[in-house]
Amino acid sequence: MSTNVISLVSIGAHPTSGRPRRADQDARAVELGLQLAGDNLQVLHAGDVAEPALRAYLGMGLEQLHVLEQPAGADALPALTAYLRDAGAQVVLTGSQAETGEGSGMLPFLLAEGLGWPLVVGLAQVESINDGSALVLQALPRGQRRRLKVKLPFLATVDNAAPKPRQSAYGPARRGELAADDIEVVEDELLAVATLQPAKPRPKRLKVIKAKSGADRMKAATAKASGGGGQVLKGVTAQAGAEAILKLLIEEGVVR
Amino acid sequence: MSDIIRRDPRAEWIARNRLHPLHAAMQPAQHSWMGPNGVIRKNLHGIGFIGPNGIKRIDRSGAQQGGAVKRSAAVEVQLPLHQVPAPAFYISVVPDMVGGRLSSHDRDLLGLAHQLAGTDGAVLAVVFGEHKESAFETAGVDRLLVLEGEEFSGYAPEQRVQGLRAVDNQLNPRHWLLPDSRSGGGELGRRFAAALGERPATRVWQVKDQECIGRAGAGLQDLARPVARLILAAAECAEPVSETRHEALPVELSTRVARSLSRIEDLGAVAVDPAAIPMAEAEFIFSGGNGVKDWALFHETAAALGATEGASRVAVDDGFMARDRQVGASGTWVTARVYVAVGISGAIQHLQGIGACDKVVAINLDPGCDMIKRADLSVIGESAEILQALIAAVAAYRNDGRRDAA
Repeated sequence: MSTNVISLVSIGAHPTSGRPRRADQDARAVELGLQLAGDNLQVLHAGDVAEPALRAYLGMGLEQLHVLEQPAGADALPALTAYLRDAGAQVVLTGSQAETGEGSGMLPFLLAEGLGWPLVVGLAQVESINDGSALVLQALPRGQRRRLKVKLPFLATVDNAAPKPRQSAYGPARRGELAADDIEVVEDELLAVATLQPAKPRPKRLKVIKAKSGADRMKAATAKASGGGGQVLKGVTAQAGAEAILKLLIEEGVVR
Repeated sequence: MSDIIRRDPRAEWIARNRLHPLHAAMQPAQHSWMGPNGVIRKNLHGIGFIGPNGIKRIDRSGAQQGGAVKRSAAVEVQLPLHQVPAPAFYISVVPDMVGGRLSSHDRDLLGLAHQLAGTDGAVLAVVFGEHKESAFETAGVDRLLVLEGEEFSGYAPEQRVQGLRAVDNQLNPRHWLLPDSRSGGGELGRRFAAALGERPATRVWQVKDQECIGRAGAGLQDLARPVARLILAAAECAEPVSETRHEALPVELSTRVARSLSRIEDLGAVAVDPAAIPMAEAEFIFSGGNGVKDWALFHETAAALGATEGASRVAVDDGFMARDRQVGASGTWVTARVYVAVGISGAIQHLQGIGACDKVVAINLDPGCDMIKRADLSVIGESAEILQALIAAVAAYRNDGRRDAA
């Protein structure tokens, strides 16, 4: 039995030129979906069906891509929630945040809340799916992994820890079919109050020395590694030293 | 040493020279200061010095510099206390508490919270489970709410959202601030926002004049909007609190937090090959230098501890470790939480590379080297013996754990 998997994709933007492209994290979601479901993977996009960058997803070996057609600036959430409620998917994969627009990363959370499904953040690998639950690995910072057991159906976001997306090929991208559905358009009210502007480079934080006297400033400017802060064990046996080190490592939680 | 009290011309010279790095240490101890209520306090015992005949002398001419009394270099400065007896509103902060302590991101967030709180509001920190932090007062926490209980331990985002909702119902904070980080805050904040039905401002890096600016999309654009109730702020969003002391009064919830039926079960951390983790983001690095003679033992210890291996430049140049393992100015700048330096004396280039590390442990023969000065714990001794003892201690610890579990 193969699982019913849906990957949600969006249009990305090249980090330097800002040109439309397939979004990196969404491509990873498609890659993970292809590894899980193979040909049964459904890919869903809410937006403009005429966008050429959408074909880059088809080039990963998909036959069809569903598009819920809506103009730029419309809220994708109600359309996606309504679609997913009836689609009968067991696993829905998304990237963690969009590369264009607000990019708040809220969509998967709101979808999960709307559908009442559990949400796994930072999915790295699906180990097994059986008996209405899945064993998955979650990516943590610093290259760590955590094993979670989650009830089906569930939503998962993938980030850069997920497998690298396969290359998009030109032929399949041309041959693939874009199936557009007409849906009701809901305007996003955020854009009425918020403004998008070109990103300002953030200033580097200065090291502020709050010294009252010239001597303090001189000291701060010339100080070497300050001593006296740490505990020094001198003239102890190797065993006692090792015990002290191990105690610190266990306290810090790095030795389990 | 004899008991005769002698003049120390060098100390007197340092005490006269305002630009000398030790000048502050040679000053007479502070004997009058402003108390917390604005009253001048005096330490009468601190006045004067012991004269050559062992009799206390008080010289009021001002000529006396640097007495015979030994004084510590670090003069503890008492920061003014910021009190909010009856807060008009609360600004809630949910720090990440990576490793049980406030991270620099958390401190920035507390600084931002004070910017929003002004003088009437109180900054409330909501902390889950056990913590090891002892500096909530100086980090700017007016009220501290610790949600304890085993249901909050481990990975329990749904239960934590329940906890935050209980806080929201009872105290109704004006703003919620969470760090937009990968170590938990970003996820918890978004879950909480979805549960509350609030639209959060994400990746916020500036809050000014009732407007908050955050990065949008892939970072090519900024989104400016009116200040949201829920703010997920990026690192360095504001200056951390540094000039005031705060009360960190404990706050309790009057109601119990609802238990949520967890649909996500945490099965614990998975062993990851430490060598596969990039050095720059490894959490625990075991680094060897010139003082390591037995490299097989070094590798064995790293494997026993489950640490990522690092090396100093000398060890790499001598061919004992690969070039990509070098820590320091010309190698990798590491951000490990715990860094163990074996036989590394601590060249300045190496110390730069470990500048972001939290806890440093040094094993070295030379008690005077710079690494010892940087380290939080140093053991002076032959590295081979200590490493062997460490392997044995780790094995014993793991065996104990297994016996307890059985």
